[in-house]
Amino acid sequence: MSVQITTLEELTSPSRAASSSLSIQEYFLNMGPQHPIAHGSLRLLLVLDGEIVREVIPVPGFVHRGIEKMCEHLTCRQIVHLTDRMDYLSALSNNWCLSRTVERAAGIETNERIETVRTIVAELQRVQSHALWWGVLGMDLGALTPFLYAFRDREIISTAFEETIGARLTMNYIQPGGLMFDIHPGFVARVKEVLAHMRPILDEYDALLSGNVILQERLRNVGVLPAEKALAMGCTGPVLRGSGVALDLRKAEPYGVYEKAAFDVVVGTVGDCVRMEEMRQSLGIVEQLIDSIPAGPHMTVKPAAKIKLPAGMHYGQIETPRGILGTLIVSDGKSDKPWRVHFRTPNYNNLWAVTAIAPGCKIADIIAIQASLDLVIPDIDR
Amino acid sequence: MTEIAHAGIGKAASSYAVWTVADRAGGLLEQHAWLSAGYIVVAMAAILGMIAVLGVVLIYLERKVSAHFQCRLGPMRVGPHGIFQTVADTLKLFLKEDTVPVGADSLLHLLAPFLSVAAVALILCVLPYSPNLQIADVNIGVLFVGAVSGLGVMGILVGGWSSNSKWSLIGAMRGAAQIVSYEVSATLALLVVVLLSGTLSLSGIVQSQEAGWWIWRAPGVGLLAFVMFIISSSAEINRTPFDIAEGESELAAGFHTEYSGLRFAFFFLAEFINMFIVSALAATLFLGGWMPFHIGGLEGFNGVMDLVPPGAWFFAKTAAMIFLFMWFRWTFPRLRIDQLMRLEWKVLLPVGLVNLVVTAAMVLLGLYFFPVG
Amino acid sequence: MGEETLIPRVLAAEPSAKVRDDAGGPSVEVAPDRLFGLMQCLRDRPDLAFDMLMAHTAVDWLEQGRFELVYILYSTVHGHGLTVCASVPRDKPVAPTLSGLWPIAHWQEREVFDLMGVLYDGHPDLRRVFLEDDWQGYPLRKDYQDSDMLELPQ
Repeated sequence: MSVQITTLEELTSPSRAASSSLSIQEYFLNMGPQHPIAHGSLRLLLVLDGEIVREVIPVPGFVHRGIEKMCEHLTCRQIVHLTDRMDYLSALSNNWCLSRTVERAAGIETNERIETVRTIVAELQRVQSHALWWGVLGMDLGALTPFLYAFRDREIISTAFEETIGARLTMNYIQPGGLMFDIHPGFVARVKEVLAHMRPILDEYDALLSGNVILQERLRNVGVLPAEKALAMGCTGPVLRGSGVALDLRKAEPYGVYEKAAFDVVVGTVGDCVRMEEMRQSLGIVEQLIDSIPAGPHMTVKPAAKIKLPAGMHYGQIETPRGILGTLIVSDGKSDKPWRVHFRTPNYNNLWAVTAIAPGCKIADIIAIQASLDLVIPDIDR
Repeated sequence: MTEIAHAGIGKAASSYAVWTVADRAGGLLEQHAWLSAGYIVVAMAAILGMIAVLGVVLIYLERKVSAHFQCRLGPMRVGPHGIFQTVADTLKLFLKEDTVPVGADSLLHLLAPFLSVAAVALILCVLPYSPNLQIADVNIGVLFVGAVSGLGVMGILVGGWSSNSKWSLIGAMRGAAQIVSYEVSATLALLVVVLLSGTLSLSGIVQSQEAGWWIWRAPGVGLLAFVMFIISSSAEINRTPFDIAEGESELAAGFHTEYSGLRFAFFFLAEFINMFIVSALAATLFLGGWMPFHIGGLEGFNGVMDLVPPGAWFFAKTAAMIFLFMWFRWTFPRLRIDQLMRLEWKVLLPVGLVNLVVTAAMVLLGLYFFPVG
Repeated sequence: MGEETLIPRVLAAEPSAKVRDDAGGPSVEVAPDRLFGLMQCLRDRPDLAFDMLMAHTAVDWLEQGRFELVYILYSTVHGHGLTVCASVPRDKPVAPTLSGLWPIAHWQEREVFDLMGVLYDGHPDLRRVFLEDDWQGYPLRKDYQDSDMLELPQ
């Protein structure tokens, strides 16, 4: 039996040079946790040979709040609050994943109205999240203006959310059994405003940044992730689809009303950034659904009702803007608080792809790779 | 008025009476030495004042222009529309502690910012702002400008080396390599204009554009040289898309990481005045300097154009170029260092050489289509 | 391919596996010493072709004195999913590493080691991932005590 526990110090100590291929010229460089380019508090330890990166050692954990431990003391409704705070850019999708898992486990039925509204807000948030990704991509590579344009456009969607949901970031809207509030009377009009605004804006995005030759040269052939490696490294979402694997849970295991809406799964060839086209597809989905939201109650269980999950393991997964989020709830059947909750977060699984694709790139390429992986750090650390 | 040897297209002397401080001071030197010295001292003070004022104005402009590009307002609180913002920033920098890192060479650490400002001040002395507003018209003006910008590179290298920090040194080496490389193609672009106007003197070049600005009067080569000059100058002054030395590389601020307070203020100032200088050079060499915009034949129109004083023409053209540089910075992402070098050595240099040869052929064989004289 | 054909094929690959019905979807339980062999079959056999290890975690059953390791697999080829469970004793929590089969297991196992204290035999770099290397204790265990923990008001 050979279980050897290593430490970070051993990995970075000079004596490592004696046993491995670390030559005298290689040196360590810390990117983060505080760094203007970092997307959050993530420490990347780079082993460098001049300008070339030999190895990347991510050291997460700066935003670890013990969400999974906290969930063991909270009811299912209370856990929804915590899911907002994991990947805050796709809070509604996180809410939905937990709610769906609880509903399937407890046998709670929802109705068409609930599912339609859930689909619409989740897709709008996908557009919002990808717009932020676009802006941050520009900012990381030196173009500071697109960042502010992306935020200007996010504002319009945030206003629509705020009117109905009451919040701009930590939504806490999609609950087990339905929605927290019914949609505001002006919701449909606002969403139509969003659609009218965003379609031409996406062309402007392409003209300003994504179509810019300097940006394309910065990204072309940098950090290409082949399909088998992406699958083996557990990548999901646009990272996996960019590598050529057409896995989209909205088509593979449909939930919500995705079966009613016609849309394409955007697949790339050589690690393309597929998110630009995904934004267009999401707008198309919302367009198809917004005019026909069925009538009905917004909640099929009483808000104060206790939801007890039967004993056993319950797993549900959903396609968030960053990948597949899975919620595993283990219940002992005795109380309304779960015994164990585990979140299979897309960002934790996408992060480690950087260790496979970074070696051989330059420092400036690491920044481009991080930007195109679109990581949200609190989701890595939970 | 100095005689300017010339072999280019058209005439070298214009219908304007050109006057420089150096001429006046030189003329007075034998009889009224103290008056001559007075002229020089006032001129130097004017240059220093110009550096200060330009710095304040340009930094404020950068903030406002970038803000409006980004759908926001910029400074609005310190004074009406924030016009005193830079004054407040300068005061803050003056009052900050001047830190010197442990183990740094303190004399060189002190000297580096002044080297940068000195280079900038020297070049400001030879620019022709107006027919009678020029400190000195060196008859090797273009060569002088190219040589003195090398002094600015010294400021970067000395600053990076004297900080006793790995990252400062690497940032400085990168910055210096970038500037030195792009000087080649900038010079090739400048040489095109020198060939066309037949003189190295900046005032002479401006005067040779009375019949039309070189950017259109030299068919094709002028425009190409202008574009090349703009691209090379962006790299010379370390602005996006070529700001790899200050951007995310080395995760620090490049050569001026270890600088704070007044010394950092000087580096910062030198950078902005450098932008003014390359804009002024572009305006002088390609856009006619202080020459008004004339269309041959339309006397009424030309008369109206002449009503605007030449100094205003110069500053308007320079301001347009400054706006162009700012526009570039806030639109484009930045190039990686190897892409930057490849652009210079594999694209701009060959194109510049070909352009120069074509211009030489054009001047020698008289192959130009626009009216001259 | 539905549950009806998946489970029999899994049982054919590993006869000692027991079918579980408390996991929502297809699920089997296997002893830890048979785990690696089963996982290798699940990945390599073309009619199973589980090319993604979606999730791996552990559940602490304090009273029963065991850690239940949960592996959630997915196949992009066939579109089916499977949950595999294995239990290791709490006082000697050692499991075989699957990082040779799916590279992502390297870090999923590090997370379980960090928070639950399960050791993985043969893991190339078993190191904490969120907490500092010198942290004492494993926070997700039910008997974890920490001076900073608070009692919930009743």
